[in-house]
Amino acid sequence: MDRYTFEKRLFGVLRWLVITVLVVVTLFPFCYMLLLSVRPIEEVLANPGQIWAGPSEWTIETYREVLTPAGAGGQGFLRFLANSALVSAAATVLTLLVSIPGSYAVSRLRFTGRRQVHFLFLAVYLFPSILLAIPLFVLFTRLGLRGSLAGLTIVYIAQTVPVSIYMLRNYLSTIPESLEEAAAVDGYTRLQIIRKVVLPLAAPAVMANALYVFMIAWNEFLFALLFLVEDRADWTVSLGLAQLSGGIEVSKTVLMAGSVVLTLPIVIIFFAAERLLTEGLTAGADKG
Amino acid sequence: MVTTHEPRPAEAQERRRRPTGPRRPLTRRQRENRAGLAYLSPTLIVVIVVVILPILWTVMLAFQRIRLINVRRAGVFGQYSLANLELVLTSPGFWSSLWTTLVYTVGSTVLSVLFGLIAALALRGRFRGRTLVRASVLLPYVAPVVAVTFVWEILLSPQFGLANNWGTRFLGWDQQIAFLSQRQYTLSLFGLDVDLPMALLTVIAFEAWRYFPFAFLFLLARLQAVPGELEEAALVDGAAPSQTFRRILLPQLAPVIALLCVLRFIMTFNKFDDVYLLTGGGAGTEVVSVRVYEFLTARFDIGAAAAQALVLAAGLVVVLVIYLRFFAPRIEGEEA
Repeated sequence: MDRYTFEKRLFGVLRWLVITVLVVVTLFPFCYMLLLSVRPIEEVLANPGQIWAGPSEWTIETYREVLTPAGAGGQGFLRFLANSALVSAAATVLTLLVSIPGSYAVSRLRFTGRRQVHFLFLAVYLFPSILLAIPLFVLFTRLGLRGSLAGLTIVYIAQTVPVSIYMLRNYLSTIPESLEEAAAVDGYTRLQIIRKVVLPLAAPAVMANALYVFMIAWNEFLFALLFLVEDRADWTVSLGLAQLSGGIEVSKTVLMAGSVVLTLPIVIIFFAAERLLTEGLTAGADKG
Repeated sequence: MVTTHEPRPAEAQERRRRPTGPRRPLTRRQRENRAGLAYLSPTLIVVIVVVILPILWTVMLAFQRIRLINVRRAGVFGQYSLANLELVLTSPGFWSSLWTTLVYTVGSTVLSVLFGLIAALALRGRFRGRTLVRASVLLPYVAPVVAVTFVWEILLSPQFGLANNWGTRFLGWDQQIAFLSQRQYTLSLFGLDVDLPMALLTVIAFEAWRYFPFAFLFLLARLQAVPGELEEAALVDGAAPSQTFRRILLPQLAPVIALLCVLRFIMTFNKFDDVYLLTGGGAGTEVVSVRVYEFLTARFDIGAAAAQALVLAAGLVVVLVIYLRFFAPRIEGEEA
């Protein structure tokens, strides 16, 4: 057997091995999360090595505890879900309102300092968010914005605008400029061109962007921890879950139920729009 | 206004930017300039207020002795001193935490890019269910960090974790391993005792697991853009798959790999959530960002926290400059 056939067969086998390992390694923790969340805690402690339990053992008690309001003896995650949804949706809409004109300017218009803008964006990622956290903590305390969802939303906008502009700019640069020139000849103003020509063409990228920003805001933890921790009514799901783990009397299965509640919206969004997201995120990356 | 002398510096700069563009009437350019700045101004305002000014403020805080109680009185004209830096640089555990950060960052970066490359190569060709597999591989990256760290904690727990249970039952471990709270684990291999920084390795493994999809995504996109003729030509020449990879694919992927390494290095170096949630910075996993958080919330020492954060940022800049200067001439060319 020569080298070619040998390697062809070897990699043919290895490939399937790798695919299997990948699927197991990535999916297993999520399946385990789901399975653990519906089992009674005594059952888990008695048989920690058992993964699968029959449907007869399943319980929704854990979810009831997680979702019932704090006043009624539960953990009040419904409230947290509403907070998270509100912050993430607001951050998404506002980020797009800021980044769509911004990305249009960066990709189409020549203005002073166009080249230097990227250095500004670099600063967002070059410095650790914990470094921003200190002055923002002080500033928001002074402005009375700390402990409010509005303050958190502002931080999320700043954290996501650069990546949003970058993604949109890559997509806009693939739209031929001649379309806009034709619209300009027809007497459209620049804003009309953006609204009636560019936005409809860039709709997939804008959509992918919106979902991406939503996911970042939904998953964020550090700033929620720093700004909102004092008032339980303002907690996001991530923060609520992290605080839940600090409680000694909370069982691990309830913790897993909370994790499922936190993860499920993201998984649903992701699988519904997977194609859109992967292509939106890597737009332009294939050019090297 | 038109002169025959040397162009003014500003004009020269303009020309360099658009070497081939036709000269347009000045008014239109001005209009475009104004529109550009106007469209970008919301972005600039947000980034400057929430990012740039805080950074500058941190620099100021780092050189003043300020605690949370007296921060209201702190202004631009406070008393500047190097006391914070001195305190931070000489405090016990600082250098070891910087070293931990470096090991954690390099380990996570290399592993996540390597696994991403392997995954991208394996999922390159078409097969039934490929879209579904690709989507599930991306799950660790998109899932909320709080949820996935908890699953890992529970899986690795010494009391009721699956890993330890199966390890002792099927793999013949003679004792439970506290993956996330054990600083050192002595592994006996062929009579040799090797000390492993257990918790740190676990955290690195977690980072590799959570972020290899990021590398995978970009590498797969790049792989699919490699022109098919290149590989066909190699095939005709009788190249084995490993040769095709080394001679054809790897050079095509190299710029993306380099860029991914830089991106992942920056992001991991500044990472806070993952380590904080997994170990709380204990058992030899205290990275600098977790230390900053401790200074801020446990000691209320804003000045020292700021100084520490600044050292972290400075460390990152130094590493990046070294990298860009000596190891990555290609990236510089790409960004220019």
